[in-house]
Amino acid sequence: MTSIHIKNGFVVDPGQGIHGDKKDIFIENGKIVKSLTHAEKTIDASGMVVMAGGVDIHSHVAGAKVNVGRNFRPEDKMQSTYEPYHGIRHMAGGTSVPTVFKTAYAYADMGYTTVIEAAMPPLYARHTHEEMRDTPILDEAALPMFGNNWFILDYLKRGEIENAAAYAAWLLRATKGYGIKCVNPGGTEAWAWGLNCLSIDDPVPYFDITPKQIVSGLMEVNESLHLPHSLHLHSNNLGNPGNYTTTLDTLKLSEGIKPNNNFNREQVLHHTHIQFHSYGGTTWADFESKGKEVMDYINNNPTVTCDIGFVTLDETTTMTGDGPFEYHLNKLNHLKWANTDVELECGSGIVPYVYSKDVYVCGVQWSIGLEMALLAKDHMRCHLTTDHPNAGPFWRYPRVMKWLMSEKARNDVLASMKNEDKVRDRSTLGSIDRELTLYEIAQMTRAGPAKALGLSSSIGSLTPGMQADVAVYPYNPETESDPEKIEWAFSHAKYLIKSGEIILNDGELVSNGNKKTYWVDVTTKPNRQVERDIDRTFVKYYTVTKNNYEVTEHEFMKNPCAVKIDAVQ
Amino acid sequence: MSKRLTDIICPFCGTLCDDIEIDVSDDGKQILEVYNACAIGSEKFLHVQSPDRITRPRMKQEDGSWNEITYDEAAKYTAKVLCDAKKPLMYGWSSTSCEAQSIGHMIGEQVGGVLDNTATVCHGSTLIAMQDVGIPSCTLGEVKNRADRIIFWGCNPAHAHPRHMSRYSIYSRGYFTGKGSKSRKIIVVDPRPTDSASLADEYIQVEQGRDYELLDAFRAALKGSPLPKMIAGVPSEKIYELVEILKQGRFVVIFFGMGVTHSLGKNHNIDMAIALTSDLNNYTKASIIAMRGHYNVTGSGQVLGWQFGFPFCVDLSRGFARYNPGETSSNDLLMRGEVDGCLVIGSDPGSHFPIGSVKKINAIPTVCVDPHMTPTAAISKCHVPVALVGIEVGGSCYRMDNVPIDSRKVVDPPEGMLTDAEFLDLVLKEVNKIKGDAK
Repeated sequence: MTSIHIKNGFVVDPGQGIHGDKKDIFIENGKIVKSLTHAEKTIDASGMVVMAGGVDIHSHVAGAKVNVGRNFRPEDKMQSTYEPYHGIRHMAGGTSVPTVFKTAYAYADMGYTTVIEAAMPPLYARHTHEEMRDTPILDEAALPMFGNNWFILDYLKRGEIENAAAYAAWLLRATKGYGIKCVNPGGTEAWAWGLNCLSIDDPVPYFDITPKQIVSGLMEVNESLHLPHSLHLHSNNLGNPGNYTTTLDTLKLSEGIKPNNNFNREQVLHHTHIQFHSYGGTTWADFESKGKEVMDYINNNPTVTCDIGFVTLDETTTMTGDGPFEYHLNKLNHLKWANTDVELECGSGIVPYVYSKDVYVCGVQWSIGLEMALLAKDHMRCHLTTDHPNAGPFWRYPRVMKWLMSEKARNDVLASMKNEDKVRDRSTLGSIDRELTLYEIAQMTRAGPAKALGLSSSIGSLTPGMQADVAVYPYNPETESDPEKIEWAFSHAKYLIKSGEIILNDGELVSNGNKKTYWVDVTTKPNRQVERDIDRTFVKYYTVTKNNYEVTEHEFMKNPCAVKIDAVQ
Repeated sequence: MSKRLTDIICPFCGTLCDDIEIDVSDDGKQILEVYNACAIGSEKFLHVQSPDRITRPRMKQEDGSWNEITYDEAAKYTAKVLCDAKKPLMYGWSSTSCEAQSIGHMIGEQVGGVLDNTATVCHGSTLIAMQDVGIPSCTLGEVKNRADRIIFWGCNPAHAHPRHMSRYSIYSRGYFTGKGSKSRKIIVVDPRPTDSASLADEYIQVEQGRDYELLDAFRAALKGSPLPKMIAGVPSEKIYELVEILKQGRFVVIFFGMGVTHSLGKNHNIDMAIALTSDLNNYTKASIIAMRGHYNVTGSGQVLGWQFGFPFCVDLSRGFARYNPGETSSNDLLMRGEVDGCLVIGSDPGSHFPIGSVKKINAIPTVCVDPHMTPTAAISKCHVPVALVGIEVGGSCYRMDNVPIDSRKVVDPPEGMLTDAEFLDLVLKEVNKIKGDAK
């Protein structure tokens, strides 16, 4: 493995509190080191920004619903150029739902090295892992969905946290999953009968449990298993006017629960794509932002983290485990609708969507995401995502950075909107002059998500001893003033090093890397009751046998990296 | 002595029954008995020990006789055919594993091939309809556990998917369907009174080729619109009655087969069936599922999707992926004479393509990778027998509802035989040599 000296760059590294000082970074044997006696490769980063490889905490890049999105939208390939095969680059296409190759290349171009697939239906875990296996370069992990799982609903209804935890440990091992994801708790199970749960107190049909019990129970389960990541929650009532009260009710469930882990994680709840959950008003006519109210709560509660789900004002393909939401979205836009309900576990829906800046609701949604990020007091707990591809494709992150770092860039967009006055009236964005720094951007895109994922001891920083994931951007913070340059530079990393291997050299792809896949292997006390429940349920209600359910590491994963945890005590 | 292997996946149809049990001889070389499988599945397992099995690659001589060659020679020939061709067709992929498909796709990328699977003559129209209107669907376990209204439209599972009805749809007892068939109302729509129709609560004999009209009438009736007295051979009263049955159900599922995908109307029939399903969601919960045939045709669409973005008819000949069924589909290419080299794997177009296409396959250099002596093998220049996927080698495959399952090896292949993936790997290496950019 090459030893590398990256010299004279503006290093931005919240992990070490470095705010753009000119520093040298040294790499040896795949790790960051303090110094080198001799470097086989020297990169002159003069006039350029050096950061750790980007970490995306929430993106939909692999699995059954992503592939439905690809296959049912041939038109998505027409929105951007389909890249031809050449050298080591595979053919790569797609715009809002790129192929696995384009996904890897586009993230690499942005200097990202780790991506979390945020919703893995357990029954489709193999599919998710097959796609991740075929995705080069990126380190990945997937979060299996628990919030509508019959075992979990049954155990939590009866208050059996220990049984729920034993089952969760088994499911993480069976699916090679990384953490506990919960999408529209109870609501997707209700959707199997065409219904939904819109508040945390709506009972789940038949199961006689509420979303409140599910979310609280899963947080307890998560901490009892000492997992590296917290509960990763997409709460009820997504996307509806007035839903911020549901969001606040849900966030408050975290109060009193303490983090219990050895991974330097401080939150007990990660609320994802919070933008979609911070809406005021009663209908689309009086729709308005309640981003300030929700961010105020998060600012004051250090055991909560969030990612934003920035709207990028693009045509995209929405996809979520929130099946009933996608049905309702289809009723709004009358485009095509795909849905898959998954036996005993979860569901999903997919609908194309156009976020037009000339539609005032879309403009307000765009404002809310930016408003919340600019009102955040701790960017270690507020992460940059577009909930790819829901609020927009991930390759728009550099554009979002531009909006966050430049008031002028934001005002230019507002001024170009047909309903500028109405959009300005419905959120506080226009009155915010804050411009985020590169340091805060690095917190949002590297240090923060790595910490929330429990991976801060190996990624998200350039501290000696860390995995050598390094991105070098052609951006000089001392001389640049044009906000467009921010977007361009963060879309075109000059160099990318992943685990010590050079992926991009002077902007050219030179390696498909040696990606790895994280999963969590947690040991719990033997639990005969849960073992019997699993055996019995597979025989009676599943359509695959238990022995055909498990994802095997050696068959389905490239460089599996098991995070081992002893939760017996 | 024998040993019992359990949880075996049947590699015959898209039902992918995974509860097969098989007794094999103590040395693991011979299948003695197959349990739980249907008649077709059992025969597929037992066929591996057929005494007349071809175990080595062969080239056809000028006089029509076969000359045995090595796998290396076969790989060299295959690579040359694919590299020499301007537009090589790489067709089939439905009876092989996702791993083999993936290697084949990398070959296709390098040689600029057209990658097409058997959906092109089967559920391709369904895939096009999904692109038109989407698809509200579910896994087969949802059917087992919840469905109380089931329609079989233009399909005959009693013959084509023999265990579908007992495992998932009619007789299975699920969580909310504890009384099995007594929990459900079964409706069969078919021009012929099939064996499946004989099991139905309601059999609707639609006139041949008028499925679109009848589906349209269902949608109209659902909205309370007036109908003429007879539609597609069905009295309007019957249609209104059926619509009420569906609306009163808690969970409706429509299964449909090639009776609607390749009768008049093709993808427009499926557009209408999907639209009916969407409409039903205004009243109750409704899903629709295609009765996919080959055991891993679904997997081929999945792997093509995540690698290139399209489920079938993927043309890589320009150096990037293009998709336009009718232009880039196998039969259209063959009929227009655009194909000048062919690899067939995991399928038998010699039996299923129109005679005009079969003649073209016969006229160009074609390599057939198949464990069996098929009509396609007979018209090919080179026949490469391989281990049977799902019996002699494992690998990933996808059920008709897109659920992935890892098939299991049961017995060893005859000594010296390669698997699909191993042979394609040899071809890829040869292609790399020819193209000069070995990776």
